Amino acid sequence: MEITSQDFKAVSSAKLKDEKLQKALFQAKDGFVVSRAKVIKDLDNFEDIRQAASEVRDHCLAHLDEYLEAWEVRAQASGTVVHWAESYEELNAIVVKIAQNNQVKKIIKSKSMVGEETGLNEYVEGHGIEVKETDLGEYIIQQAGEYPSHIIAPATHKSKEDVSELFAKKHQRPRLNDAEKLTHEAREILRPHFLDADMGITGANFMIAETGSTVIVTNEGNGRMTTTMPRVHVAISSIEKCIPTLDDFALMMRLLPRSATGQVISNYVSMTTGPKREADLDGPGEFHVVILDVGRTRVLGSELRDALRCIRCGACMNHCPVYQNVGGHAYGWVYPGPIGSVLTPAYNGIENAIDLPNAATLCNQCGVVCPVKIPLPDLMRKLREKQYEKNLKSKTERWSLKVFAYVAIRPQLYSIVTRVMARAGKILGGNSGQIKRMIFVGQDWTKHRDLPTPRGRTFRDVYLNKKKTSKR
Amino acid sequence: MRVGLFVTCLADVMRPSIGLAAVDLLERAGCQVIFPENQTCCGQPAYNAGDRLTAQELARKVVSEFADVDYVVIPSGSCGGMIKAHYEDLFSDLPKYKAKAQWLSARTYELTDFLVNVVHMNSFETSFQGTITYHDSCAGLRELNIKQQPRQLLRTLPNVELREMPGAEQCCGFGGTFSVKYGDISSRIVDLKCDDLEGTEADAVVLGDLGCMLNIEGKLRRRGNHKTKVLHIAEVLTGRNGEEAE
Repeated sequence: MEITSQDFKAVSSAKLKDEKLQKALFQAKDGFVVSRAKVIKDLDNFEDIRQAASEVRDHCLAHLDEYLEAWEVRAQASGTVVHWAESYEELNAIVVKIAQNNQVKKIIKSKSMVGEETGLNEYVEGHGIEVKETDLGEYIIQQAGEYPSHIIAPATHKSKEDVSELFAKKHQRPRLNDAEKLTHEAREILRPHFLDADMGITGANFMIAETGSTVIVTNEGNGRMTTTMPRVHVAISSIEKCIPTLDDFALMMRLLPRSATGQVISNYVSMTTGPKREADLDGPGEFHVVILDVGRTRVLGSELRDALRCIRCGACMNHCPVYQNVGGHAYGWVYPGPIGSVLTPAYNGIENAIDLPNAATLCNQCGVVCPVKIPLPDLMRKLREKQYEKNLKSKTERWSLKVFAYVAIRPQLYSIVTRVMARAGKILGGNSGQIKRMIFVGQDWTKHRDLPTPRGRTFRDVYLNKKKTSKR
Repeated sequence: MRVGLFVTCLADVMRPSIGLAAVDLLERAGCQVIFPENQTCCGQPAYNAGDRLTAQELARKVVSEFADVDYVVIPSGSCGGMIKAHYEDLFSDLPKYKAKAQWLSARTYELTDFLVNVVHMNSFETSFQGTITYHDSCAGLRELNIKQQPRQLLRTLPNVELREMPGAEQCCGFGGTFSVKYGDISSRIVDLKCDDLEGTEADAVVLGDLGCMLNIEGKLRRRGNHKTKVLHIAEVLTGRNGEEAE
């Protein structure tokens, strides 16, 4: 997918003015945050589980090479064909080759963010193969010609009214206004595609080394149908999703649905280990897994390594005050919100997403809800340090910082400068006690709010003077 | 007990009454207040901007200025969080200072935390009366676990009613330079905060951090709300209204 994170500032400002989007975001926020809080409260040892999960993920990353090899050996033993891809083009080409080798005309697809990274749909369609997204959210945005704004709820930026209008237009049927009826209509339209598709593509939330399986965690039956109905199944994933054992998977599952949607468990947990065996009643004749490493190995060896613990629950974005107000599209790539503000520059180069690590208040709401304890604000700060080192900060910011530093390390000068500021500020504010308009950097403050005035004297002057007087 | 007061640059310049209130509270608790006169800034603005060297320089200054006190007290969760949660990382490549920073960090307290958990203060002389809603500042809450302390202190005041707002733990949108670099977003976030606190119809929103304070008060006044007071908890506990500069 093409990256447009450079436009964050302009796009986010536009999104703030988009009333329809604001309404949709407001509803989504309430749903995610409230449901998660409720279900986490019922766990009496959430912090212990979180700690254990983050340790397991760290362990996986420390021994990733071993676990991936172990996974591959077991996967191959059950008949899975394993492919490794070191670029987006390579992954796309492998998938098309599999399709061509099997004379595939139509593909049904369940949700995959790795597929969004590689731009898989466009590539496959460019080779004359039809791709149908079958996750309801993904189906909606495919119909609308958009891309996901959230990693688990891809169409969360759309209102029910948007979907009504879209379906009426695309399906050429009378407009429906009821969410359930709209879902039924999508299901009706999708059903024949499930039946005559030649190939199914899914993502994989995890790859379990102990069994050589891939797992998908979903709430709609489409995932189960995509993995079992077509004659060929291709799962696409990325190297950091490998975990050692089924027990570890059980641990992750205590956290993933709870953190994501506030569910104790998702409606479906589908595990795939090899293609259809002789005694099996259904399943694909061929099962391929394509594993991507674009950026992952590099991040593994960097200060941003902790970000690879991510299990893609979306809690960080759901709880982020910035995401909550601007939505996912403003971030300009596949992964939005706090984790996106780390992964986007980490995978695409920090010069291509300058705003993202800075467009955060560092409130750490993301850090405290993350089920695997990724210190997201710390990682964003590390990216800011990299920007500073590479001279990627704006002139205004560098200049302001220099002046600030020059004054702050010289106490005498500092006391004079602050004394002047306190006096001048008070005069500027006049009787209202508020400064309404400032210049230079200050205008970006007063554009939106007043600045309460200083009180004319600094604490230092008042206190030291008081002490002197009382001694006399 | 020798208690060093790190007043913070924002309180120093913008609102001396917070520093004066902190001194009052500490002295009333029987502490000997030490105010190192050369103190300036904890280094957080540079640290969060990615300018690690300047942050280190300022942090080294803080570490040496507070080397001979029993405790350091700060009327701010944000600057307190900087020292307690981040100095160690900041000095990770300077072992000599890392040890000193750990020493300092263990002795550093956010003001309300100090009043509740170190000196166990539970009676205050204040003329303040009315309803209060408390805004939890991000660093205080999520880096220092400041949640019950201010509420416990406010509950000791006989003429004060505490009325919680929904989303008290939600960020106000200040975020240091974020407030000017991403003004549109920051403005929306603080608007939502103002909606929440105005909904309680409290007489005052009380908090423990200057950044949130300037942001929230500035937004309330710009919205035309001249009624809701915005006070630091130290001001409430000592009956100050924030105007004092003597």
